[in-house]
Amino acid sequence: MLAFTLRRAIQAIGVMIAVGIISFSMFRFAGDPVNQMVGMDTSGAERAAIRKSLGLDDPVIVQFGRYIGNAAQFKFGVSYQFRLPVTNLLMERMPATLELAICATIFAMICGILMGVYSALRRDSWLTHIFQAVSLIGISLPTFLIGILMIYLFSVTLGWLPSFGRGDVVHIGWWTTGLLTLSGLKALIMPSITLGLFQMTLIMRLVRAEMLEVMRTDYIRFARARGLTTRAIHFGHALRNTLVPVITVAGLQFGSVIAFAIITETVFQWPGMGLLFVQAVQNVDIPIMAAYLMMVSLIFVTINLVVDILYTIVDPRLRSTVSRAH
Amino acid sequence: MTEPVLSVRNLQVEFASRRGTLRAIDGVSFDIAKGEVLGVVGESGAGKSVTGLAVIGLIDPPGRIAGGEIRLGGMRIDNLPPEEMRRIRGKRIGMIFQDPLTSLNPLYKVGDQIVETIRTHLDLSEQAARRRAIDLLAEVGIPAPERRIDGYPHEFSGGMRQRVVIALAICAEPELIIADEPTTALDVSVQAQIISLIKRLGRDHGTAVMLVTHDMGVIAETSDRVAVMYAGRVAEIGPVQDVVRNPLHPYAKGLMGAIPTLAGDDKRLVQIPGSMPRLSAIPRGCSFNPRCAFAFDRCRVERPEPLSRGTQSVACHLYDTVPAETAA
Repeated sequence: MLAFTLRRAIQAIGVMIAVGIISFSMFRFAGDPVNQMVGMDTSGAERAAIRKSLGLDDPVIVQFGRYIGNAAQFKFGVSYQFRLPVTNLLMERMPATLELAICATIFAMICGILMGVYSALRRDSWLTHIFQAVSLIGISLPTFLIGILMIYLFSVTLGWLPSFGRGDVVHIGWWTTGLLTLSGLKALIMPSITLGLFQMTLIMRLVRAEMLEVMRTDYIRFARARGLTTRAIHFGHALRNTLVPVITVAGLQFGSVIAFAIITETVFQWPGMGLLFVQAVQNVDIPIMAAYLMMVSLIFVTINLVVDILYTIVDPRLRSTVSRAH
Repeated sequence: MTEPVLSVRNLQVEFASRRGTLRAIDGVSFDIAKGEVLGVVGESGAGKSVTGLAVIGLIDPPGRIAGGEIRLGGMRIDNLPPEEMRRIRGKRIGMIFQDPLTSLNPLYKVGDQIVETIRTHLDLSEQAARRRAIDLLAEVGIPAPERRIDGYPHEFSGGMRQRVVIALAICAEPELIIADEPTTALDVSVQAQIISLIKRLGRDHGTAVMLVTHDMGVIAETSDRVAVMYAGRVAEIGPVQDVVRNPLHPYAKGLMGAIPTLAGDDKRLVQIPGSMPRLSAIPRGCSFNPRCAFAFDRCRVERPEPLSRGTQSVACHLYDTVPAETAA
């Protein structure tokens, strides 16, 4: 088990170094960084001095080594537009994005699993047909359109929910949370639904398909022959067997939820990392873009690792194959 | 004679399909007494398994019991509401399925599955149910049950898993066990162990056993009586040694003739020409008539009813003492 985790961790480090190469090369392709820092009238000698002080005259491999070394300590340089360390800027905005992503995922998991189980067990009920229709909308409509439609309905027409921003936030150490104030919670509703809708439909369809599959298996038939209650069969035996693929998908999707938050954050002017990234792209603020790339990859890789370990907890068969294989 | 544990009368099971209703079971009747093992034998699709599923009330739509009666200990059970039928399943009727590798839920410890079943049917505490589960595992011949109870199904071999399945089937002391091809998925040496285990449990607990199989060898070893099924009907039923030594129905004769003997004589094994009709194309009259060497006109028109011949009962016009129209 430990060997398995270690091996996965080493693979993860390999992936991060590859991402580091891409993120490092962004600086090279976007032109000479010195030209972007200095004015038009800077002399050649001054430029060379800056270049030397920033270490830009070193061989590429040395520069890359330094970049990775700094990145490993979460040092990503100074933002061109804000003149502040990128790490501080990202950390400031990370709580907003993570809170949004976590709320969206929880919403997607709860609604998706409930709707999936219901529509698998009551295949011909009218509610099932409604769920199917909703899931079709969730899969086919783009996120920003759903967000804008919701703003129009709930903010503009009905005036129930705020159309942008995070509401009042409370500081707990370096973390800021909107979960403790009423306006913060209200502001969280629409962005969470917008962001989680796609995941919800995905999970619903997955749970439904898996559940129908599991209900046909011999051990469910045998569970019925043992006279277990319908409740025990559906929720004890069938649902748990559908959860392995659901955990995988929900886990892997959590990474894309964070990545897709760019769009939702733009629509709702949510002060998170995604919005910072969009602004960085508009202002060609390479350090922020490169750092964002590294952060999102780190989150993806970490989630993959956690999902692999979670598997073995849910499914005992994997536990033994894993320990036997090493 | 006391009342039989299971009494099936004129059972009919139908499946609604796009091309009309198919009758999988058509007028099957039999009894099983306390402590008796009834073997049910026949080709694939003869309706053996469906009969077992009908008794335990697990015929799923589009199938349904279309007629007849099933009585368990004198009580009619074929028309019970689903919740009452659920209480009977596992408690008064235990079932063993064909494939032990897929019968157990892979995510739960075998002990948890047994304890869950015990506590569904009997009013026992967690600890008492666990003790009972260990006793059951010991009874079905699993070594070191107090350790194995915390194992997962994938940690057991096929034969051991079938023993766990049997422990699950008998955990509430049922009056009847339905074993649907319990040895088909196992290798021969394990088959013999499982068969003797089922036989021993039936004897020790006075449980009636309905043993569904297509293996005549298994029937001959274990059963007290045997029912030969063909195309959803019982062709012949009687004490196992009588049916094996002196089969009456031409189909039963064919089946017994197809059993190889250990003596190793050079005679070719008998083969029944043709194959069993599909449910959608069951011939008029006796359903066996197109394959029967002795068929005469009446067989093609009139369906034979079961006739008593000594200890056996056979559904064949050849044994009708007054062959009415044949002379004509």
